[in-house]
Amino acid sequence: MNFTEEQIERYSRHILLQDIGVEGQEKINNGKVLVIGAGGLGAPILLYLAAAGVGTLGIIDGDVVDLSNLQRQVIHFTPDIGKPKVESAKEKIKQINPDVKVVTHHEFFTADNALELIKDYDFIVDGTDNFPVKFLINDACVLGGKAFSHGGILRFDGQTLTHTPNTACYRCSFHSPPPPNAVPTCSQAGVLGAIAGMLGTIQAAEVLKFLTGTGELLTNRLLTFNAKTMNFRTVKINKNGKCPVCGNHPEITELVEAQQAVCELKKKS
Amino acid sequence: MAKIVVNDEEQKINLPLSLSELIQLNNILQPDMMSVQINGEFINRENFDDTSINDGDIVDFLYFMGGGSAR
Repeated sequence: MNFTEEQIERYSRHILLQDIGVEGQEKINNGKVLVIGAGGLGAPILLYLAAAGVGTLGIIDGDVVDLSNLQRQVIHFTPDIGKPKVESAKEKIKQINPDVKVVTHHEFFTADNALELIKDYDFIVDGTDNFPVKFLINDACVLGGKAFSHGGILRFDGQTLTHTPNTACYRCSFHSPPPPNAVPTCSQAGVLGAIAGMLGTIQAAEVLKFLTGTGELLTNRLLTFNAKTMNFRTVKINKNGKCPVCGNHPEITELVEAQQAVCELKKKS
Repeated sequence: MAKIVVNDEEQKINLPLSLSELIQLNNILQPDMMSVQINGEFINRENFDDTSINDGDIVDFLYFMGGGSAR
């Protein structure tokens, strides 16, 4: 790939980095990343990956922009209310960086389409809000041999881990979804808007590290933080031999549709 | 009196103590929304009652967090 003068200027602050340089920037420009969920986490992830020049950005989201999203989903603006999130996100990405090819999927991520959707991408990012889909993303990526970033936020807390083939997966430490009645999602329990930005930008940084082979990924580690104390900690996560999907005798060998419905507070009109 | 570490903080406890009792002592409101590791090893939820805490154990309570957007 030969960069134009404009591209060299656009990406100059990456190119200046010894760990990235022209070669690393080329890897970013050739990278294909799928972001599942164009919401609180997906918004900063997509904005930073677009700005960084990731070659192809896939976006999956079956939802439309709602007024209650705008407190944290910074890729969507007030005039976007009612518009499919994937379209609203695509418009902003194209304005930030016309170099980026955007592939939109205005649908949900399901057991039926999961493996097909992830197969063309180098890296998958989980920006979803519910556990059945988080586990489905994990299982699809483990079975499909894909690297992915798990992210979760709630109230004032955030957590993330990165999985690459043969490292610990989300199920190694979280095994199976919590009972449906126990689960507070952001729509029920609330979340400080900026937390989505804090965690999403960490996930975006992991993507750029992965694409360029820079530094140490959050593999076999779970990063958690609490914004009230601003304490960050990483917990060692070991690959679990009894893990139901990546262990020595996996029970999960194919994808099964998630059972739990997403609870929404907003009225269905 | 035994010393253990829970989420990076030292705690003093009296043995014997089960993991379920430790969870109660820590006033965890929703144990269902938590996963537990002891010395880096994942503990199955069904075994919380039968798992004993030992002096020097490093316990991590990991919380389930959703967030982001509906798919």
